[in-house]
Amino acid sequence: MARARRPTTARVPGGRGRKSLERHELAGAAFTLPFVGLFLAVFVAPLLYALYLSLFREQLLGGSTFVGLDNFAEGLKDEAFLSGIGRVGLFMLVQVPVMLVLALVFALIIDSDRVRFAGFFRLAIFVPYAVPTVIAALMWGFLYGRDFGPLTDVAGTLGIGTPNFLGEGTILWSIANVSTWTFTGLNMIVFLTALRAVPEELYEAAAVDGAGALRTALYVKLPLLRPAALVCTIFSVIGALQLFGEPQIFAAIAPQVIGKSYTPNLYVYNLAFADQRLNYAAALSFLLGAVVFVASFLVVSVFRRHGAPR
Amino acid sequence: MSAPAAARRASRRSDRGAVLPTLFLLAFLVYFAVPLAWLVLASTKSLDDLFSSFGLWFAHFNLLDNVAETFSAEDGVYWSWLRNTLMYSGVAAVGAALLSVLAGYGFAMFDFTGKEVLFWCVLGSVMVPTTALAIPTYLMFSRLGITNTPVSVILPSLVSPFGVYLMRMYAGSAVPPELIEAARIDGASEWLIFRRIAFRLLAPGLVTVLLFTFVATWNNYFLPLVMLSEPRWYPLTVGLAQWNAQTSAGGGATSAFNTVICGSLISIVPLILAFVLLQRHWQSGLAGGAVKG
Repeated sequence: MARARRPTTARVPGGRGRKSLERHELAGAAFTLPFVGLFLAVFVAPLLYALYLSLFREQLLGGSTFVGLDNFAEGLKDEAFLSGIGRVGLFMLVQVPVMLVLALVFALIIDSDRVRFAGFFRLAIFVPYAVPTVIAALMWGFLYGRDFGPLTDVAGTLGIGTPNFLGEGTILWSIANVSTWTFTGLNMIVFLTALRAVPEELYEAAAVDGAGALRTALYVKLPLLRPAALVCTIFSVIGALQLFGEPQIFAAIAPQVIGKSYTPNLYVYNLAFADQRLNYAAALSFLLGAVVFVASFLVVSVFRRHGAPR
Repeated sequence: MSAPAAARRASRRSDRGAVLPTLFLLAFLVYFAVPLAWLVLASTKSLDDLFSSFGLWFAHFNLLDNVAETFSAEDGVYWSWLRNTLMYSGVAAVGAALLSVLAGYGFAMFDFTGKEVLFWCVLGSVMVPTTALAIPTYLMFSRLGITNTPVSVILPSLVSPFGVYLMRMYAGSAVPPELIEAARIDGASEWLIFRRIAFRLLAPGLVTVLLFTFVATWNNYFLPLVMLSEPRWYPLTVGLAQWNAQTSAGGGATSAFNTVICGSLISIVPLILAFVLLQRHWQSGLAGGAVKG
């Protein structure tokens, strides 16, 4: 408490002095306390516990022993883990840009006021977000399926061969499609929300300069969407690297293609709850966390580099 | 509205219905709507028709039988899943929204030691993989003897970093500091100021957090999958995934694809209704949070 404060005194007129400031300190902390307490209990404590676990190894005889960073070293050489990282990395590089560009284009079209029934389109594109990932995966699983999937029916009617959506080379992109279908609408809403906060005068200035809808979108709106795009990109990258629900559901319908270590999270889950290798699983989840952190950092620095005010 | 703004609106409206953008949106409307349309159609079909009829059109109308079968399968376990999902989502949403509004208000309106560090820790927590958290949480809860109970699912769902972030931004733009200062000079306690003045101003943001936490908990799969071992405590996501896995493993005519499909449809109706009916509320909440974001 005896720290040099930033000049919050501005808020307290007339030198009512120390007591009032002290009261603000305490009150501010008190308002955040219920959340912070729970945050410590169900976030910080488990995380520290996992860190502790990751430094030990379960022995066949006589409990666990301290092994330092051995679990981490093993993880860095684990083919199954690394290929999982590679797979979600590839997934991220393709799915995130496709989804965000679609969301951006939808938002700009709907905001341009040049289509009828914009409200209806906005809602229709957003509605899939209300479908749980698991249910979306179940549903698309049926759609992809050969038994009664309508895609098979349509392909049959058109007389083209039935595409195999659940094969070795295609299933990752079938999963990417499920994620895109589910989350494009949410990202579009974030962009639309940011566009609504743009001051009207900016558009007026653009109109006075004779800019049409397209040029307004490209040169006025797009640069203003940078902060929203950063938030969307980071959340999508985190989500992509942590892929779990969709491949876990697809494992039930394509068990030969999706193995136990198809994605890092799936691998960690199977290690922990099927193989009881909790210590190793904890270490791997920290390695995955490090990958997520690095990826988020890269995203931020890319946005910074291309976004410096000229 | 000023005259040029009105003129601009008028000129914009005159070229509404531009062909290319409309066609573009229509094409994607098909993409977003067809899977849901298929789910509705498939829910009306008997197991035999699912295999034999064309996927994107009606066959014999069997919806009511499917609904009855879904709710009566395995001694009506679907009822429990629906009830559990409602309970977990409802409690988590109300709790998380209240915690978020308190914390967001505290972060926005006060200065206290370590505030910014704390705030960034909360935001940074979204980067931690779900598995990294779920495993040690499971171990801790099992030591406390609360795994396989509703508490084990609800407690972690109460912490919403997104909610705190949104409420901080929202409080910053919706609560005028002068108003608070005036109340202070009148001698009102901080708690009274929050309850009587700020809370009402923060209500639209609160509804947004409420709805999004409700959806996040409703959609959650990993946490309940890890925490719960008995079907009677499952939420819809875990229960339906299990039905699907059993059905896919069984295969062929003995299976119960119709109940999986019908159960999936029933499980998404409440959320879609909530989003459509509360559209105005959650969109204004997001807009308030975005002003300074």
